Amino acid sequence: MTIELKSNIPSGPMEGKWEKHRFEMKLVNPANKRKYTILVVGTGLAGASAAASLAELGYKVKAFCFQDSPRRAHSIAAQGGINAAKNYCNDGDSVHRLFYDTVKGGDYRAREANVHRLAEISVSIIDQCVAQGVPFAREYGGLLANRSFGGTQVSRTFYARGQTGQQLLLGAYPALQRQIGLGAVQMFPRTEMLDVILVNGAARGIVVRNLVTGRIESHTGDAVCLATGGYGNLFYLSTNAKGCNVTAIWRAHRRGALMANPCFTQIHPTCIPVSGEYQSKLTLMSESLRNDGRIWVPKEKGDKRPAAQIPEDQRDYYLERRYPSFGNLVPRDVASRAAKAACDEGRGVGPGGLGVYLDFGDAIRRLGEKTIADKYGNLFEMYERITDENPYRTPMRIYPAIHYTMGGLWVDYNLMSTIPGLFVLGEANFSDHGANRLGASALMQGLADGYFIIPYTIGHYLANAKLEKVEPDAPACKAVIEEVAGRTARLLGVKGRRSPDSFHKELGKVMWDNCGMGRNAAGLQKAIQRIPEIREEFWKNISVLGTGEQLNQQLEKAGRVADFLEFGELTCRDALHREESCGGHFREEHQTPDGEAKRDDEKFAYVAAWEWKGEGQKPELNKEPLTFEIVHPTQRSYK
Amino acid sequence: MKLILHIWRQRGPNDAGKMVSYDVPDASPEMSFLEMLDVLNERLIEKGEEPVAFDHDCREGICGMCGIVINGIPHGPRPATTTCQLHMRTFNDGDQIFLEPWRAKAFPVVRDLVVDRSAFDRVISAGGFVSVNTGSAPEANSVPVAKKDADLAMDAAQCIGCGACVAACPNASAMLFTSAKVSHLGILPQGRPEAATRVQKMVSQMDAEGFGNCTNTRECEAACPKSIGVEFIARMNREYLCAALTDRPEAEGGGGV
Ligand SMILES: Cc1cc2nc3c(=O)[nH]c(=O)nc-3n(C[C@H](O)[C@H](O)[C@H](O)COP(=O)(O)OP(=O)(O)OC[C@H]3O[C@@H](n4cnc5c(N)ncnc54)[C@H](O)[C@@H]3O)c2cc1C
Ligand code: FES
Repeated sequence: MTIELKSNIPSGPMEGKWEKHRFEMKLVNPANKRKYTILVVGTGLAGASAAASLAELGYKVKAFCFQDSPRRAHSIAAQGGINAAKNYCNDGDSVHRLFYDTVKGGDYRAREANVHRLAEISVSIIDQCVAQGVPFAREYGGLLANRSFGGTQVSRTFYARGQTGQQLLLGAYPALQRQIGLGAVQMFPRTEMLDVILVNGAARGIVVRNLVTGRIESHTGDAVCLATGGYGNLFYLSTNAKGCNVTAIWRAHRRGALMANPCFTQIHPTCIPVSGEYQSKLTLMSESLRNDGRIWVPKEKGDKRPAAQIPEDQRDYYLERRYPSFGNLVPRDVASRAAKAACDEGRGVGPGGLGVYLDFGDAIRRLGEKTIADKYGNLFEMYERITDENPYRTPMRIYPAIHYTMGGLWVDYNLMSTIPGLFVLGEANFSDHGANRLGASALMQGLADGYFIIPYTIGHYLANAKLEKVEPDAPACKAVIEEVAGRTARLLGVKGRRSPDSFHKELGKVMWDNCGMGRNAAGLQKAIQRIPEIREEFWKNISVLGTGEQLNQQLEKAGRVADFLEFGELTCRDALHREESCGGHFREEHQTPDGEAKRDDEKFAYVAAWEWKGEGQKPELNKEPLTFEIVHPTQRSYK
Repeated sequence: MKLILHIWRQRGPNDAGKMVSYDVPDASPEMSFLEMLDVLNERLIEKGEEPVAFDHDCREGICGMCGIVINGIPHGPRPATTTCQLHMRTFNDGDQIFLEPWRAKAFPVVRDLVVDRSAFDRVISAGGFVSVNTGSAPEANSVPVAKKDADLAMDAAQCIGCGACVAACPNASAMLFTSAKVSHLGILPQGRPEAATRVQKMVSQMDAEGFGNCTNTRECEAACPKSIGVEFIARMNREYLCAALTDRPEAEGGGGV
């Protein structure tokens, strides 16, 4: 039976929906808030801002992360910036334009009402962060500086050198630490959530493993918020931190939360190319580099001359040629595909021909080396450290890599999944970015969810729900603890010969080859057949040494890889069923004669929300139709 | 490249540890240091030996999770570089490399090269924030901040909390870490109202955690992967003195150095 997906979007005109909803939502009496316990899993921008804000309101909060400190969540690595519709540059920006750009940039696969709310809230986020002491870049007059970023024509991106995510998290993390100091939040670092506990159909707790002692235990409360980040590491090589995983949301999926649009993954065009077999991750070079760098490959196939020896008229600045109005600033999906196309034609540069040039020669001549160093110095340094090449002298080599995941657990307008009381925030939900996220919008969404949305919507849920107390040793908790302990024992018990990494790499390659930048039915079918075989081999031949009662990094990895091995198959099924190209999802069968993505709004203007049907069973597809009142779907054109 | 690694192995917090030697016959100069350890670990697993535990996450030099004392130097020989951003081309064929965890009373060893740095979080909890609840902030541009102050605050705010400063200090002092936070917030107008209480509380928490005193050896600055300078320690000392004398926030804005 298909599930009816109620998006709970408030009625009324777009501009007034959130305002109206805020008024109509029920409030929890201040004196009653401390009677509620909320479990927040994840302390990145979404989780830390949520935990701090909920504690400020008076709720009892328990927060969890797998790193040794909440400050190390992957949000810390975001470089480029955060969008907000402040229109400080007087260049025509507005809430409406940010809304419009985001819906269009997402290739019309996001909910308009959510995106509008995001654009409205964006301005308050900047106020909040500045008040916390986030040292955003400033102009000489002392006011905040902005730049244009990733596929937009206005300057609305706020930044702190190339370390915006770090500085935003160092705003949210101290806010969280302050609440920890006040006793309002209890923090559990080095703790991994491995399952959700449901009582009478509602999320009432989680089961976690203490990564230092190995103890598996339950925590109970009145609602659970998952802010556990993205699943880009499904592909093994990605720009994500090594620990990023799908476990928390996958475990919730298996308990009944629907998984939405898993095949919407974002490939970032400007990453340092792979250098060898041992490669453990890919490093992003901020997209802000495309503001001044020009992308090119040789015109001739197989031209192996060093860049400096290739004369101007033998270079193909293919983005400027194909997209004269956006040029090097086309959105990520477009830039990535164009790079792949150039390399597929045999015009790629560097080892293996998997790279294109990002050239600062012109910019240095025009603005001087000092200006370029001021803008991008730290990125240039990072590039040189990794590649041993000096980008002031020779053009950078870049290649696309998996970077962000638009898919995630399905949530309604209130950020609640199909499991009552289970809320999902930040990159972990299926989010407001549709099929493609614009640069500098993930930080905005994470903080909008955590600071300004969940504090209202969770109150509304709690005020309406009738929840009886659940003790950590209730039968429902004990049963899940046993299951988790059983799975851990199983991983340790196989005593096979292959490491978790070897399986992860194998899966990653299948995903990248068949469900990466270009996808087609034959490849996806092959992957759907291959992944269960890898999974079977995994459970026969995985080697996890040591015990479960200690810090055991192999055990942690093995558990995450096991979940990726299930999730990868679903991702391919989603990609196979979506017989259209949109945003990050490019089906080779569906393209225009000049190689652009061809959407099918008639058949596919919906959110694909998949339901777990049990081990070995095919997942069931549920659809939430998308309607567009304001931004009417057209073919995205950046020409 | 052929290398011999000597690595600190310690099963748990209460076990005795020892250095154990391993051959790595085939490192490549393009590898990162941690990728070289990945290769070693894969091989250990193949042989049925437990791999070496080490902390890491972003592998981009920003999360502050990694940290190994390499040949006696926290994060190894390259200046302004975290362990994860160190590449094998920094070393020579035939090198012997010694790998040890951060050593400090306030950072107990958890396993092998992994230590417990939660003391840093408690120092932040003591006062390393601006007390501003969500939703109460004024319009962002209502308080201008001179560019040079914003830039200086950013220099301090770059701290990644890795703990190399503590590991490098003969006294295992956390002055560089604490002063970076005190300065970052103290330089900005938003942080001034709480500046005096902040510095006193953070310093007293730092002492309570068992970090040592600063005797100006400046090893911290040399080890810092983000090049945070000891001038922030001087700045914190001034702030502390001032706070202790007046026991109330300074009257003036104190924007410059
Ligand atoms: C290199 C890079 C650069 C980027 N630059 C930008 C940018 O310039 N602008 C922009 O807008 N976006 C950028 N992004 C995207 C953005 O950083 C992320 O989408 C965003 O930070 C995600 O935040 P989050 O709070 O949802 O999750 P995260 O920050 O990933 O946090 C996840 C949290 O969940 C915890 N966790 C996960 N699983 C478990 C579990 N099972 N148990 C317990 N805890 C768990 C982790 O410990 C962590 O605390 C970038 C991303 C990358 C990879
Ligand atoms: S792993 Fe993040 S700083 Fe080294």
